[in-house]
This record gives sequence, structure tokens and C-alpha cells, in this order.
Amino acid sequence: MKKLTTSKVLIYVLVSLFTLVSFLPMLLTLAVSFTDEDTIRTNGYQFIPAKLSTFAYSLIFHGQIGGAQASVLNSYFISMIVTVFGTVVAVLITAMAAYTLANKRVKYRNALAFYFFLSMLFWAGIVPWYMLNAMLGLKNNIFALIIPTLLFNAFNMFLVRNFMDTVPDSLRESATIDGANDLFICFKIYFPLCVPVLATISLFYGLSYWNDWWNAIMLIDNKNLYPLQYLLFQLNSQVRMIQQMQSITGASTYHTPPTESLKMATAVITIGPIVLLYPFLQKYFVKGLVIGAVKG
Amino acid sequence: MSLAKGQPLTARRTRPGKKHGLIWDIHTNGYSYLLVLPAFLYVLVFSYCSYPFLVMAFEKFSYTSNLFNSPWVGLKNFEFFFKSNAALAVTWNTLKLNLLFISFSTVVSIVLALALNEMKNKFILRVNQAVMLFPNYLSWVVVSYMIWTIFSTEYGILNHILATLGSKKTINWYMHPEYWTTILVVMRVWKTAGINAVIFLAAITGIDDTLYESAMIDGASRWKQTWKITLPLIAPTIAIITLLSVGRIMYGDFGMIYSIIGDRGVLYSSTDVIDTYVYRAFRGSTGDPNQATAIGVFQALIGFLMVFSSNWVVRKFFKEGALY
Repeated sequence: MKKLTTSKVLIYVLVSLFTLVSFLPMLLTLAVSFTDEDTIRTNGYQFIPAKLSTFAYSLIFHGQIGGAQASVLNSYFISMIVTVFGTVVAVLITAMAAYTLANKRVKYRNALAFYFFLSMLFWAGIVPWYMLNAMLGLKNNIFALIIPTLLFNAFNMFLVRNFMDTVPDSLRESATIDGANDLFICFKIYFPLCVPVLATISLFYGLSYWNDWWNAIMLIDNKNLYPLQYLLFQLNSQVRMIQQMQSITGASTYHTPPTESLKMATAVITIGPIVLLYPFLQKYFVKGLVIGAVKG
Repeated sequence: MSLAKGQPLTARRTRPGKKHGLIWDIHTNGYSYLLVLPAFLYVLVFSYCSYPFLVMAFEKFSYTSNLFNSPWVGLKNFEFFFKSNAALAVTWNTLKLNLLFISFSTVVSIVLALALNEMKNKFILRVNQAVMLFPNYLSWVVVSYMIWTIFSTEYGILNHILATLGSKKTINWYMHPEYWTTILVVMRVWKTAGINAVIFLAAITGIDDTLYESAMIDGASRWKQTWKITLPLIAPTIAIITLLSVGRIMYGDFGMIYSIIGDRGVLYSSTDVIDTYVYRAFRGSTGDPNQATAIGVFQALIGFLMVFSSNWVVRKFFKEGALY
């Protein structure tokens, strides 16, 4: 019996409201990116652009942004490289370590687990972090974007280990009898069985790399190495600086480069890959977190 | 040769003497140790080897002198920080913001999870979930742009709406610190409630249906069922997630705060957290790396206590939920 009770209506309204609130800011950003710059100056940000214009996007795809001297396309490329390489290596390192921790024949595996766990509890802070990375030469090069902080996460490793624990030991035993060593068992037996959790941590790592700007802000000065998020960040602060200067000096607006729509357009294409990967994110990311948090 | 329990069936030559020592283990399970080596080295270098640099907190280090040659100043750097007004302000901001983040986010996501659970139409449910989850995948830099579209003084949609509703004055949002605690909490909930709701929803789905059936037979209303069955049974999940967040309560979200607030000094009174303060102390032109390290030590020590105790509580009371 399907009664339309007030509580049922209330529930649907509540959820729809939250969904709408989730969606609106993104819609606004998208709308502004397609709005003609002059209409922004007269009307402000609107959900429905008074005048459509793809000028911001053409500027992104065709060249440099005045002032920043770094092209969005270049940053996109950097972000792509860093994300792909970082994720692949990270997943490899993590899964291999998880295998060892899940290998009941390794007598010291619990000591190893504690070793990793302890490192999760204590972070020395940004100064030691910076000094260490500087000392290692991880400054102003591509490795500075890939290696620090993001290349390995103990949390993800424990996630994989817990999954591997569910693989029956008899599998390893029979493989060993057949003459397989740990390398073979790890790569040819365990990895194929663990594809779901590997997919999950790939998304975790991938997302961290794509969204990262901490490594850049601390370790990168070279504009050619700016990842996309950091470029976005710079764009915001530079423009703000210009605007602040304009309001102080009272300078009348000579034709400034399209600031507002350009900013929003850059933000939109930064989200690009996430939108494309969204079905996968839904499936594996959520599942992984749920397994981690709910545990069976 | 007699086999100990748990030993593999293949016979192995054991070294004389250290039968179960580390060397024996590495010898026996060499490949496994090889597999864990990259991760081991990474943690060794980037975690454990960063700790020696903490001595900077007790020194007057300058970029020309050596780490171990710098003059020792004991607790002077700590003194400097604690005597300043900033110490209390940023610590309070960090704790306050994190507490607000945790409480509001938890409450909203529980309510959402309960509501989502009542939705029978699977299609509508999935569409809502998909949209709700999206903000979680964005970086705070991108979100800071969205905040700008709303709160910008000249072009922002909020001032526009207020003007349409008849308000005479335009509020310069980015100049008033008093608004920003609320704004930050709202945006935090906006970004994270979705994913938390889905996690809680998964926990709710795991509850045995027969419990609800027998409750319904006994005449319990849906509301009573929620109160007496659902909430108590997902309490462990809520507790685990909350505890893990509480463990990080001394660590402000640098990514969030700095990308939204940036260098707007006027907003520091309500939004500056330990992490942004330390960042400026370290990188700013008036910065002092020694002080920055000292504050980092302060944060790490209390942070360690918090993380350790919250993990301990999770392990003790919610064994199934503990990671390690």
C-alpha cells in the first residue's frame, strides 16, 4: 500500500533539497564560464548567462594567460603525467607491501604492520617535511610532484591487506607445492584476485594526485611544472591582487584579460577527468570506503 | 623431520642456531621481504627520517648554518609562540572549526542516510546519491572558486539575491571574519556529507531485515523503528568514523582554509588555523622556521596523543572497525 504520507513527502523534499544545494554551485561555475565577460561586469554572476561566450575556453586552448605566463594545457599535461605515473607506482608499492603483510609465513609481518601503523600516527610537521625533501633534491622537478607524501599511504595498504586476508591460505600452499615462489604467487595469483580493492586504491591515489597542490606550493617555483590545481590557485590570487590594486589606485578598467569567466573555465576543465571517471568513482571509491569503515 | 604447526608442507633447510630470528625469516621468505622493501624504504625515509629535523625546534637554525651546528636555544622558540596572542587564537580556531566540522557533518549525514534509506524508488535514489557525492571529489581550490561565485562582493550571486529581495546595502563578505565560521562549516558539510551519508547508508543496509519485520508486527511505527533499531545498530560505525576524525582534531585542513581564505589577513581572527599559521611562519618574509618547527612539534605531540587514544578506543571497543 503506497500512502503518500507527510513524512514521505518530507523525506523526498529533504533529500532533493540537499541534492539541489550540492548541484547549484557547480552549475553556477559552469554557467559563468560560458558567460561573456562584459555581461558579468554589468549583471554579476548569473545562472543563465545573459550572453553566451566561449572566449574563455578558446583562450585556454590557444595560448597563454596574460600574467601567469603558464598555459593551462601545459599544466593539464603535467597533472596527467604525475597522476598516471604516481598512481601506477603507488598501487604497485602498496599492493606488494600488503601481500607481505598478509603472508602468514612471514614471521615478522605484525612487526612490519606496526612499523607502518606508527608512521601514520606521528607527522613531524611541514618544516621537517620541507627540509627533508629539499635535502633529497626533490625541488622544482617532476619527482617533487610524484614522490613526496602521495606515493604511499599506509591506510590504503591496510585496506588491501585486509582484503588479501580473505584469500584462503590453501591457495598459496598448493601454489608453493607446485613450485611457485612468493613473486609468482603475488603477481599471478593474488593481484588478479584482488582487482576490486586494487581498483579502489587506484581511485584513491589517482584522486589524491589529481587534486594535489601541496607539493607544488611547497616545492615548485618553475611555472612550467605547475600542476593544474596549483595553476588554478595562482590564478585566483593573482587576479585578486590585480583587483585589489585597481580598487586602491582607482584605476579605471582598461581592457583586462577575461578574469571571471576565465577563472571559472579553468575550474571547469580541472573537474573534467573527474566527471569522465565518475561511474568508476561511484562503484569502487564508495565501495572501498564502505569496506574500510563498515567492515563486513 | 617433524613439522611445527602452520609450517608449509615443503621442507626447508633451517639455519642452525637462530631458528626463528629475523635473518632466518628473511632467508626463508626472501621474496616477500623484497616485495615489502619499497614501501618500507619509503616510510623509513619520508616518515622516520623526518623526525631528526625536529631538533630545529630547539635551535636557532639559519639557512647558512648546519642542522647540528646551530646554537641551542632550548624552549625559547616555544616560549615565543606561547607568549604571543596568536597561539591561543589559532589553536582555538583549529579546535573549534574541527569540532564544528565533525558534529555538523555527522548529524547531517546521518539524517541524510536515514532519509535515503526510506526512498523506495531506486532510480531517484541513485541519481540523488550521484549528485550528492560529486562535491567530495573536488579539490578545495575548485570549491574556493565556487565560494567566490556566491560570496564575491561585486558579482556574487548572494548579494544579487539580497538586492533582488530589496536589501539596500551590499555586504562585503570577504571583509567580515564573523561570517566565515558559518560559511566554512556549511561548505564543509556541503562537501563531505554526501560520502558520509553513503557510508552510513551502507551500514544501515547491513542491518537484518527480520528485526524490522518483527518490530512492525509488534506495531512499532517507522519512526520508532528508526530510533530503536537503526540508530543503535549503526552507532559503532558512527563512533568509528567520528573517533578517527577526533584523532585529527589538532590538524587544521590547510588545503581547505588556505585555498578559500588565502592571504586575507582581515579574516584570520576566525579562520586562521595552526597549519596556515605555521605555513606563514615558515614561508612568509617575516617567517621564522625555528618557531614554525616548534609549533609543529606542539601540534604533532598533542596530535599524536589524540590519534593514538582515538585509535586505541576504536581498537578496544570496536575491534571489528580497527584498521590495525
